[in-house]
Amino acid sequence: MAKRGQGLGKVLLASMLLTLTVALGGCSGDKEDGDSEKVKVSDTAAASHITIGIPQDLDSLVPSLSQGAGTQEILYNIYEGLYKPDSEGNLIPAVASDYTMSEDGLLYTFTLRDGIKFHNGNPVTVADVKYSIDTCAGLNGGEPVISAFSNIVRVETPDEKTIVITLKESSSSFMAILSTVEAAVVPADVPDLQTNPTGTGPYKFVSRSLQENVVLERFDGYWGEPAHIKDVTLKVLADSDSIVMNLEGGAVDLVARISTAQAAELGDDFEVLEGTMNLVQAMYLNNAAAPFDNEKVRQALCYAVNKQEILDFVSEGKGTLVGSSMFPAFGKYYVEELNDLYTTDLEKAKTLLRDAGYPDGFSFTMKVPSNYQQHVDTAQVVAEQLKQIGVTANIELIEWETWLNDVYQGRDFEATLVGVDASTLTAGAMLSRFRSDAHNNFVNYNNQEYDAAYAEALAAEAVMDDDRATEAYKKCETILAETAANVYIQDMCELVAVRKGYTGYTFYPLYIQDFSKLDVQ
Amino acid sequence: MKRKKTYSPNFIIGLVISGTMLLLILIGFIHTPYDITKMDSTAKLAAPSLKHLMGCDNFGRDIFSRVLKGMGNTFVIASATVLIGTVCGVVIGSFTGYFGGLLDEVLMRVNDVVFAFPSILLALVFVSIFGTGKYNVIGALGIAFIPSFARIVRGEFIKYREMDYVKSARLAGVGQLRIIFVHILPNAMPVLMSSVMIGFNNAVLAEAGMSYLGIGVQPPNASLGSMLSESQTYLFSAPWYALFPGLMIILMVLGLSLLADKGKK
Repeated sequence: MAKRGQGLGKVLLASMLLTLTVALGGCSGDKEDGDSEKVKVSDTAAASHITIGIPQDLDSLVPSLSQGAGTQEILYNIYEGLYKPDSEGNLIPAVASDYTMSEDGLLYTFTLRDGIKFHNGNPVTVADVKYSIDTCAGLNGGEPVISAFSNIVRVETPDEKTIVITLKESSSSFMAILSTVEAAVVPADVPDLQTNPTGTGPYKFVSRSLQENVVLERFDGYWGEPAHIKDVTLKVLADSDSIVMNLEGGAVDLVARISTAQAAELGDDFEVLEGTMNLVQAMYLNNAAAPFDNEKVRQALCYAVNKQEILDFVSEGKGTLVGSSMFPAFGKYYVEELNDLYTTDLEKAKTLLRDAGYPDGFSFTMKVPSNYQQHVDTAQVVAEQLKQIGVTANIELIEWETWLNDVYQGRDFEATLVGVDASTLTAGAMLSRFRSDAHNNFVNYNNQEYDAAYAEALAAEAVMDDDRATEAYKKCETILAETAANVYIQDMCELVAVRKGYTGYTFYPLYIQDFSKLDVQ
Repeated sequence: MKRKKTYSPNFIIGLVISGTMLLLILIGFIHTPYDITKMDSTAKLAAPSLKHLMGCDNFGRDIFSRVLKGMGNTFVIASATVLIGTVCGVVIGSFTGYFGGLLDEVLMRVNDVVFAFPSILLALVFVSIFGTGKYNVIGALGIAFIPSFARIVRGEFIKYREMDYVKSARLAGVGQLRIIFVHILPNAMPVLMSSVMIGFNNAVLAEAGMSYLGIGVQPPNASLGSMLSESQTYLFSAPWYALFPGLMIILMVLGLSLLADKGKK
């Protein structure tokens, strides 16, 4: 769910700054309430407002520092990169209007879009673009924020319309990574984006109340097709049990990723749309912690878990089974056969446990973020299934912030049940984290064969040999599955509850919520 | 000198309710009709029937069995909480009340500080430092419950320490600890007992609150509060899921309240 590690210091600093934002935001909000002008506006635009429930507060308002997928899918509406993904998974021009790539794949030349403006009204300059990419690539000093950007040698701006990026070695995934929200173009002259988020997206930031809400407003100077709905309020619903109440009670109009049980509770006022979540839900195992450092133990768990039964219990059978760290939206990279590698076989699981030296089973703690009801439900079914082979899984519910801190960054866990998504549709987005030295390898997976296969894929990409790269990536997936790096379960079915009257919700093959396409009837 | 005791109807009702609850809890410890974590995909959200007296939850688990176990968990946590609160409260209250002086000043001011915090908030802070789970919740609530007991006991000791029988015991050379625990404490018992009952009720509600917030008993284990929390989603399609745990909380608290009422008189 998250992408990059960062120091505790930064987190602390960020949270201190956030407190400041709230204080400031609070003041301006009060003023608006007493304003009579607001009443006038609301006559015509009364319906042009939507409140959207989100499962957690945003971990950062600075795109390059954001970690959670749940944060980045929201920032997608505020910030844009030179290019950005559309609902088909294609990359479309955003801050840039066009680009060309040199023959050897080392030089990318972008043309800045004419007349594009930041939310504060200032025009976007090539200096802003250079600043943004330099920051992400660590060329302004410091570590590269996006590790794949360490491939950037320099960013040049020969004239006021042109940006030239030089790479160390060619990479077929460069454009995809450049299009993530983390690599968004931000103004060089706004010193603190955390308190003053400024981008070029269809929505601009208005205010934020920590753990409560984030308010956005349509940016009227947007270069592209403007958003339909004027005001968007994001309400934090950290308690997943209250989602139905909030929808039925009218406190929120749209919640993405609700459970089938929740969907079944909703009355006629709502429409439930169905898609896939584009993530890999699994019981992620700390491969460095006993007993999960033993491959046989991990395989035993895989044999003991009945994925189809999980789907039947948790989501009325909806969802797509997966067998490795890859989901179907990836197309050619997805190896469907791996789903059947471990068909449920309790005897085999027990034998493997005996061989591994745990004839009587063992017990471990599974940390599960409490704000994701589907993961909590799945964890309970998994725990029940593991009992059959004498393994006791003690579930510990933790806050999402604690999960990011302890599990994802601190790697202090035995097992956890979450979904891991991809920020781009490049295979590396799912697979790079399992290299033994990857900074975001939170499961501590360590396999030389895997590292070699991944290096081979990168080498093939560097010479633009797509077939060879695809083969190597598939090999990576196969190694992950065969060594049972994690207990892979499914790409969850995504149900979105939308109040009738609102239209235009669009599913993306990536973890993105696009508010600009929403409309009111 | 024997006087025939008459019981108010409230006391009898309270006795019946509490007795029934205690019986159910005991049954839950020994035997439940179904394994409380046993899932059954054919009985998801099944309505109450002879097979499942209180129906089934979203995993097809028997709610009656879970209520029995959940009451047990709630009972154990509430009892342990009150036990910690009472023992520590009695020790602190009796020493400060009996001796007075600097010790009294210091301990009671600390007591006031703890008392000033809402108990749930204090427990939340405790849990956020030491982590979630049954035993941490016991510790957290136990600490939060100490001040109220300490105050009551201290008040009683201040009342009794200058009484003639205490003075004469002191003159007779009885040890101070003996005076505190053998001579005075039994006299403070009636007041202490009724506050234990009220404290127990508060502990039941506090535990339910904590589990409702997801920081008490961890799934798949059950407590009345966590069942209430989980049942929210199904309030419309399976109202019995929320109804029975809620009802049990009400009955547990009501029963003891009626009993305590009599004790207070």
